[in-house]
Formats: sequence, C-alpha cells, structure tokens
Amino acid sequence: MLAIQIIVILFCLYAITRVLQKIADRSLSRRWGALWIVFWVLVGVVVAMPWTASLLALRVGVTRGVDVLIYVSILTIFYTLFRITIRMEKLERNITELTRELALKDLDRK
Amino acid sequence: MQTIIVIPAYNEGRVIGEVVEEVRKRYPHVFVIDDGSADDTAARARAAGAVTFRHAVNRGQGAALQTGITAALRAGADLIVTYDADGQMRPEDIDAVIAPVAAGACAVALGSRFLGAGEGMPPLRRATLEAARAFTNLVTGLSLTDTHNGFRALSREAASKIRLRCDRMAHASELLEEIATHALPYREVPVVVRYTEYSMRKGQKLTGAFRILRDLFISSWTR
Repeated sequence: MLAIQIIVILFCLYAITRVLQKIADRSLSRRWGALWIVFWVLVGVVVAMPWTASLLALRVGVTRGVDVLIYVSILTIFYTLFRITIRMEKLERNITELTRELALKDLDRK
Repeated sequence: MQTIIVIPAYNEGRVIGEVVEEVRKRYPHVFVIDDGSADDTAARARAAGAVTFRHAVNRGQGAALQTGITAALRAGADLIVTYDADGQMRPEDIDAVIAPVAAGACAVALGSRFLGAGEGMPPLRRATLEAARAFTNLVTGLSLTDTHNGFRALSREAASKIRLRCDRMAHASELLEEIATHALPYREVPVVVRYTEYSMRKGQKLTGAFRILRDLFISSWTR
C-alpha cells in the first residue's frame, strides 16, 4: 500500500469520526450523517482497492508521478473552495441574525 | 388562546393588502414580515391592519419565516400559523389546520394540497412536488403527502424548538427535518391551494430544486 493511500484512508476515518461526533452532539441528523458515512466509506474503498476504480483509471491513465502532484493540488483547491463556501454560509447566517434582530427590536413598541 | 398568523412577504404589494384583510376577518393577529421588498409591501400590509416587521435587506423566505415565528413567540402566541402572501391559500382553511394543534392531538399540523383538491394544478408543478416529496421523506424519515406546503400550525412548544437556518427555499425541507429531530407529533390536514396566474408567476421554478439541494448540502455542514 502506498503512503498516499494510507493518508487518504486515515483522512476518511477522521472524517467518519467527525460525522459520528456531529451526530452525537445532534448538530447533524442521523440520516444526513448516514449519507456522509456512506460517502466516506466509498472514498476509502476506492482508495484502498484502486481496482474498483480501474475502469475509470484506465480511461484517465494515471501513470506519471507528476500527475499525483496535480491531483493533490486539485484536491487542495477543491477543499479550500469547500471551506470558503462554509465560511460564507456562516457569514450569511450572521447577516440574517442581525437583520432579524433589527426587524424585531421595536416589537415591544407595537 | 392567542393565535398569530405569520406571513413572510417579498414584493407582494399587489396582493398583500387583500390577503391580510381576508385573514383578519377570521384571525385579527397577523404578523407580516416584509423581506426587504422593493415595492410597498410593508405599507400595504400595515394599512390592512397587520403588525409589520421589515428586513432591511432581502434574506429569503426561510429567514423571514423564522423572524415571524420569533416575533410571534415574543408576543406571547400560543399558536402560530404560517401562511403565504401570494393569495394561494384560503383563510377558511385556517380553522381546520389549527384544530388538531389546539386540541392537543399534535404539535404541528401541516397543510397538504394532495389530501385536499389542488385547484388547477399544472402537471409540471405536480411532478416537481412529487420528486421533492420522495426526496424529503427519504431524508427526514417522515411520511407525508405534501412536503412543500407553506400552510402550517405550530404549538408554542413546537415553535420554540424549531430553528430554521436555511434562509432561502430549503427551509421547507429543513422544517420537516426539525420535526423529525425533535420527534414532534405531526398531522397532515387537507387544504386547497388556488393556482392563479399571479401565484404561478411568483412560484418556484423547477431549477429552484437544485438550489434547494445545494442549500441543504451546505447547511448540513454548518450547524
């Protein structure tokens, strides 16, 4: 097994524990949690046993080491975008919360 | 028992006055949340006798609904009804939607247009709603005939537990998730939805469904 496989599998395991944690503190519903666990298990399986994705791999033709670098870069960018999206969503929620309190601040006077 | 009707409205100046008047003939306490409209929605709602709140900027229907629910709770409501601003709903159905909650038979009553008679529902709208229903039932584990109906009655207790975080259209699915998460007893009540030319123009388009899925996905990461 390649080092990259071990790293990705460890990351999948980490992601799964995070999902379980979120289910435990009820910040994620059981059903959404189950969907996420299925997703990370699938990622783990494909990484651990690449032949499961061999059809795709053959078509893409990953043979050179430099390609790995490119793939890692893409994954990093993808993950960064994902984090930014989440951050933006939190900002949006804060704006909503502010808008709401502004709208409600004169409730007592009504 | 104080009942407050909560109506989120965005650019509904043309119809909001009439909708508020219609409702107030039966239930005098109407809260309209003007979600940053560019037209005279707030003024018309106020003229028709509604208590009006205004979002300084447009935040989406889910956000406006949560503002209305919070306002109603702070005003001491025992029962909260959520109602649409576009004239699709019939005020004479409010009694039926409230009844099971007022009687203590359930904490949440959900209007269903498939138990009632959809007046002139277009086939594409029906197909979209069917798909939304299948998806929502799968995710929430509830069993409902109509998952995207804005006509609901909530007990004070249920309304205090439910927290809508999806600002835009995904709140309809989110509300059902909240019902499932807090194990709130619910019931569906047949209501009639009037499909007018105006309401169809204001209504959701098929592409909106993808946006809803996206919002639900992001929201599942940001609790």
